Amino acid sequence: MTLQLGNEAPPFSLPGVDGSVHSLDEYGNAPALAVIWSCNHCPYVQAWEGRMSEIQRDYESRGARLVAINSNDAARYPEDSFEEMKARASREGFAFDYLHDEDQAVAGAYGPSRTPEVFLFDASRRLVYHGAIDDSRDERAVGTTYLRDALDALLEDREPPAVQTEPVGCSIKWR
Amino acid sequence: MRIELLYWAGCPSYPEAEALLADVLSERGLDVPLRRLEVRTHEEAERLGFPGSPTIRIDGRDIDPAGAGARPALTCRIYLLPGGRVSPIPAREQIEEALA
Repeated sequence: MTLQLGNEAPPFSLPGVDGSVHSLDEYGNAPALAVIWSCNHCPYVQAWEGRMSEIQRDYESRGARLVAINSNDAARYPEDSFEEMKARASREGFAFDYLHDEDQAVAGAYGPSRTPEVFLFDASRRLVYHGAIDDSRDERAVGTTYLRDALDALLEDREPPAVQTEPVGCSIKWR
Repeated sequence: MRIELLYWAGCPSYPEAEALLADVLSERGLDVPLRRLEVRTHEEAERLGFPGSPTIRIDGRDIDPAGAGARPALTCRIYLLPGGRVSPIPAREQIEEALA
């Protein structure tokens, strides 16, 4: 079951590639929190992850936080192991927290189907936008920047122009 | 000439790859039947040496030899485009070169 608009963010406490454990409460002061299902092995994620870092950098001064979570089964997809996550984050210089949901419990609570897939929460941690980062994996062809538009709206106390879009990407690799 | 498109339905990229392949074939005036082969299980992926979806083989040769040896898996395949960008479908140039 996927979270619905208006639902509260389920809590999580997950290890990050930075060696710390990160919880939902830790982001308590952020006026906007984007939780994005992600992974290492997916070409769609790889096409978008640079934009994920850019978004975190561009919105950091306004307090918004972006968190990526990898829930894929690393036994079948060893590229998605925690060690490989650390290596990729370091190599690519991720500007966002990258967390490992090894037992897939957090994915079970949020209900993503794709990577990448965005769940954007407001200051009270209610879901206000769910879907894609923008409308093209090819950054040269992007027309509508869904997540940026939703963040701008949220930070200016407006309704996001789009609240639900279709995420395009790899399937979550459930056990 | 024998052209095969191997795909896994869990990755959304194969229709776009098939359309690109059809466009290149049409542009070259090649009327070659396309054999579509759906890979459904990890066992099939192993048996077919399927490195990810989509995989295009022309006369048995992978159009992207560099990626052909990746571990067989039900996954979206990674293609590197000219300029280093990552894509879930091959570059048009890769198909054209494989047909040359």
